[in-house]
This record gives sequence, structure tokens and C-alpha cells, in this order.
Amino acid sequence: MKYLLMMMFAVVSLVAQQGAPSSGVAVGDPAPSFRLKNIDGKYVSFDDYRSSKGLVLVFTCNHCPYSVKYEDRIIALANETAKLGFPLVAINPNDPVKVPEDSYDNMKVRAKEKGFTFPYIVDETQEVAKQYGAKRTPHVFVVTNSSGSWKVAYIGAIDDNANDADKVESRFVLDAVKSLASGAAPAVTQTKAIGCTIKWKE
Amino acid sequence: MSVIGSLSLILLLWSGVEEVRLDQLQQRLATGKDTTFVVNFWATWCKPCVEELPAFDKLSRRYKDEPVKVILVSLDNPAERQTKVEPFLKRRGYELCDAVVLNEPKPHLWIDRVDQSWSGSIPATLFIRGERRLFGEFQFSPELLESIFSTFQAEGK
Repeated sequence: MKYLLMMMFAVVSLVAQQGAPSSGVAVGDPAPSFRLKNIDGKYVSFDDYRSSKGLVLVFTCNHCPYSVKYEDRIIALANETAKLGFPLVAINPNDPVKVPEDSYDNMKVRAKEKGFTFPYIVDETQEVAKQYGAKRTPHVFVVTNSSGSWKVAYIGAIDDNANDADKVESRFVLDAVKSLASGAAPAVTQTKAIGCTIKWKE
Repeated sequence: MSVIGSLSLILLLWSGVEEVRLDQLQQRLATGKDTTFVVNFWATWCKPCVEELPAFDKLSRRYKDEPVKVILVSLDNPAERQTKVEPFLKRRGYELCDAVVLNEPKPHLWIDRVDQSWSGSIPATLFIRGERRLFGEFQFSPELLESIFSTFQAEGK
């Protein structure tokens, strides 16, 4: 037990010293492919979006108050980015054993209640969240598609004010998508935000 | 209003949870050179945070006669400071911990100022004494908190 504690301390120290966590993708990296089940029972993957310029992947869930705060904004964002050739896909990475509210059945209920116009897919094994390095909900990854070669172009927050949508000054994801859609590099490619930790399986 | 009534009203107001900017919090952490600050970032809406708060309360009680200060930094909406955060802390009896609500609207600008390694998920905890600091982004059990705190205290002394 004592050994374990010392190990944990070493890990904490390491993270504290080295800065950004090493796991997951960075901007410019190839975007990991996925094939995950949507609430309608069908599977969603990059293949379904061959004609898109890219995708807005949002790791989110039902229960997290920060995700809830952003729910209406995610719905609005999905409409805006889809018009620019970047459909939005919501991915729930949470362990439903830890948070029953985030179960597959409850995802269906929430999507219906809120009238989601986009896929809401479940990352049952949590592998996709791990490959991307998603840390919290909501956590956004904008990926671009260049003839089937998918790359990460933006990682981070939806905008700069979680508490008050009226006081938002920078809409990071929309700005990034606008730039990418016009063939330019986004001015901001990485932002941090407060959020709920992803509920990993034990 | 009676004198006693006014006095208790002042005391009540005075003992409330303050709203601070990050600058103010950092100034405070820079003042006590020999004091170990244990700064826990939490929110009433964050389940794992609420689960680990008793560990921090326990730590503050155990070291109440030593230069150790536990600061609970709430990331709740500042507008809910009096309606949510204060009643929550009062109900739980965490009066030995200092509690503040952080009023910083743009997380992408201030998260790195707390620690570069912080992804932004909570709970997260910063241990700091003078120049020494340790940051971790996970949920503590009372045993793990005590163990890491003791190790941090022992180092550099």
C-alpha cells in the first residue's frame, strides 16, 4: 500500500513538472478513426462523412452540469458548423455504471427531449476518448477531412464563458470552423476549460 | 435594530464566502512563506469534488494548530455564491477551511496560471509552500490526501 502511494506521488510530481499530459492527440496529428453506435442503433464513422470538410467532435454527456449549460449552445453550434461543411457529432464517453444518467437508454431520452439534430454516439469501451485524450465534458475536437485523410485542427472549449451565454466574447469552435472552411488556419487552435472529469471505468 | 442585532448581522456578513479574482488568491498564496496551502478546486455541481471534501475538512482539523491552511476554491457560478455555495458549506460544517468563489469568466486565460498541466477538469488540488508546489488532478480519499500531504510537508525541510 505504501509503495502504491509513493508511486502515485511520483506520478503526480511527474505531471506537475512536465506540463501537458502526454496522452491523446495534438493539433496537426492524424485524427483517430472510430466506429460507434448512435442512439438510433446505427454505427457512425468517418466513412459516413466522406463528402464533409471535417467534423466537430464533442465529448459530452447527460449528467454533467457543464454539459447541460452548453446543451442549447451545442445544438445551435451544430446548425452553424453543418452549414460550413463541418457536421457535429456528440460522443458520450462516460461509464454508465458510475453514472446511470449517462446510460445508452438515457442518451436516447435526452436527445429526443432536446431535439438533437446530430448523432449522439456512445463510446462504450472509452477507447475513442482515450485515443483523443479527452479529459472532461464538454471537450471539443475539430477534425478536417482532406480526401479521406483526417487531421486534428482544434482542441478545447466551445467558447469563453460557460456560465453566461450572453457574455461570450470568443466562440472558439465556430471561429476555428469558419477559418478552416475558408481554407485558412484557425487563429486559436487550443483552449482550456473547466468541466466534469470523464467517468472512467474502474 | 438593536446593537446586538447589528453586530451579529455584521458578523454574519463578515464570515461569508468571499468572491475573489485569481490575482487575489495568488497574492494570498505568496504571503505565507512558512505556511502550507492546500488549495482545492471544486464546485457544488461536481460529484467527485463533493465526495472528497470531507478529506480536506479532516486535514484542516488535524493541522489546525500548525501553519497549514486549506482553501476551498469554488468554481460555481459566482451568481450562486450566496444561494448555493454558502448554504452548502454551512450545512456541511466545513468552517475550518477557508472558502472562496473564484470569479474568473474566461477559463482559457486563467487555468494555465494555476498550473500548466491542468486540463481543466475538477476536482484538482494545488499544494504550495513558498517556492514548492505540487499539482494533481484527481479525487482524493482521506488516506491518499494525508499521505501526499505528509510527503509534501517532509520534502525540502
